[in-house]
Amino acid sequence: MGIYLPIAEISVNIFVLLAMGAAVGFLSGMFGVGGGFLITPLLIFYNIPPAIAVATGANQVIASSVSGVLSHMKRGTLDLKLGGVLLAGGIVGSTGGIYVFAFLRRLGQLDLFISLLYVVLLGTVGGLMLVESVNALRATRSGAAPVLKKSGQHNWIHRLPLKMRFRASKLFVSVIPVLGLGAGIGFLSSIMGVGGGFIMVPALIYLLKVPTNVVIGTSLFQIIFTSAYTTLVHATTNQTVDVVLAFLLMAGGVAGAQYGAKAGQRLRGEQLRALLALLVLAVAIRLAIDLFVTPPNLYSLSAAGLN
Amino acid sequence: MKARSTFATAIVLSLLAAAVPAKAQVPLTEGIQIGLSTDNVSITAGFSGADLTIFGSLENPDPLVARQGRYDVIVVLEGPPKPVVVRRKDRVLGVWVNLDSETFENVPVSYSVATTRPLQDITEPNSYKQLSLGASNLYMQPADAGDSPATIEEFTAALRERKSATGLYSENVGGVQFLSQNLFRATVRLAPNVPVGTHKARAFLFKSGLFIKESSAQLEIRKSGFEQSIFRVAHNYSFLYGVFAISLAMLTGWLGRLIFRRD
Repeated sequence: MGIYLPIAEISVNIFVLLAMGAAVGFLSGMFGVGGGFLITPLLIFYNIPPAIAVATGANQVIASSVSGVLSHMKRGTLDLKLGGVLLAGGIVGSTGGIYVFAFLRRLGQLDLFISLLYVVLLGTVGGLMLVESVNALRATRSGAAPVLKKSGQHNWIHRLPLKMRFRASKLFVSVIPVLGLGAGIGFLSSIMGVGGGFIMVPALIYLLKVPTNVVIGTSLFQIIFTSAYTTLVHATTNQTVDVVLAFLLMAGGVAGAQYGAKAGQRLRGEQLRALLALLVLAVAIRLAIDLFVTPPNLYSLSAAGLN
Repeated sequence: MKARSTFATAIVLSLLAAAVPAKAQVPLTEGIQIGLSTDNVSITAGFSGADLTIFGSLENPDPLVARQGRYDVIVVLEGPPKPVVVRRKDRVLGVWVNLDSETFENVPVSYSVATTRPLQDITEPNSYKQLSLGASNLYMQPADAGDSPATIEEFTAALRERKSATGLYSENVGGVQFLSQNLFRATVRLAPNVPVGTHKARAFLFKSGLFIKESSAQLEIRKSGFEQSIFRVAHNYSFLYGVFAISLAMLTGWLGRLIFRRD
């Protein structure tokens, strides 16, 4: 059944979008990520203009994050103070990102920039995760106990000034890297239409040494607000948020997410991570191919005077 | 939400015929009139393109010429003019990047043509140029006239090609049919992505390859109902729209958790 998207101004199949939302929701529930990094490229593959895919992706991420945060809140695996500091950085980064977004759109380089960012980030994160999880899988197979980093270990980040105590995370750390991380994620959120969980989660674990159990909840918590802010700014400056499109994706997504979370419980951690890594790499490779393969149309049209 | 496939439009005949100035009574000069029963077309949620039928009539046709089929009619539905940027991708370090671009002023967003016969059979290429008639004869005004003619020509051709490929510029040969000696019906194609705004329907009459007269009418294409409201709100009340989008997402996330909860 076709439906006309009021902002994207094209007719699309309603069931394709629901299925897309459900599939991504299932995966996001399974892996504990927002799914924005899958939704936005999928929408672009489905011929939704990238600018609209990004803004609408940010909107959709809110729904899946709210759904996830609610269950973390119940379990108490959420550090509100850490989330708040990350958020403060996020707002700054997101504002900067919106300006860069509008600027690139005027230059006609937005699509390229989005694709390049996706390829680089997904490729790096996916590659690192794959190596790490394959090593972990090998270690468990050979019977050796997995080597855990001692929580007492400190790196250069812990020597920075302006320290702050985060009780729920059992952390005493400088606010500079926390704000910086938040700003970086906010920037990506506004340019890529992602929540940034796939970068935030490893960064919190490996760089800031936040205990793994509070990481996902806290990351989702701050993603709600960063993507809400991103959605609002995209809506006001670029008018690229398509609520009909977003709603279809969300409806499929929230349903899929809860089933995915259940399926995820049956798999072991390193197996999950290896699968997620493969998925992330597949998206990166697909986008990379598009960059290098000769496009069917060398010419493209866009409205002039658009900002 | 099935798309209406045909927008029938009615005939405006006698009243308009009377309005044409009768300057030379002998011999009677031919004229052409088209009429639209509605001055607006609404695009609904299920819109997947449509055929728009325009009726028209010849005035004072010469019965002999008409019998020999030497009257030709070209009907054009032209979308609102907008500035357009055409960009060309080139390889930089193996990656395809938008490099060169050319901006054109006042390019009709859509341009659907219906004709009685193939364009090349109706009249000379030159008269098409003079009338700026037909997608390949439309004059595209470059914003920067200083660019080399070869570049401008290349981008103009690319612009036309992209417009045809997306169905916005179309040609329906045989889309104009004479129903009687002086009554004709034209079927022009509205692409699924037809732009909203004021469209102009124009009819051109040719007699034995010579341009005789032109007539035009206006048509407003707009989004109807739900979609139009969303589009309007998104542009006019963008802040509230953003707040609404966020609230909707939060509500959906919360409801989804309640309904589909699995832990």
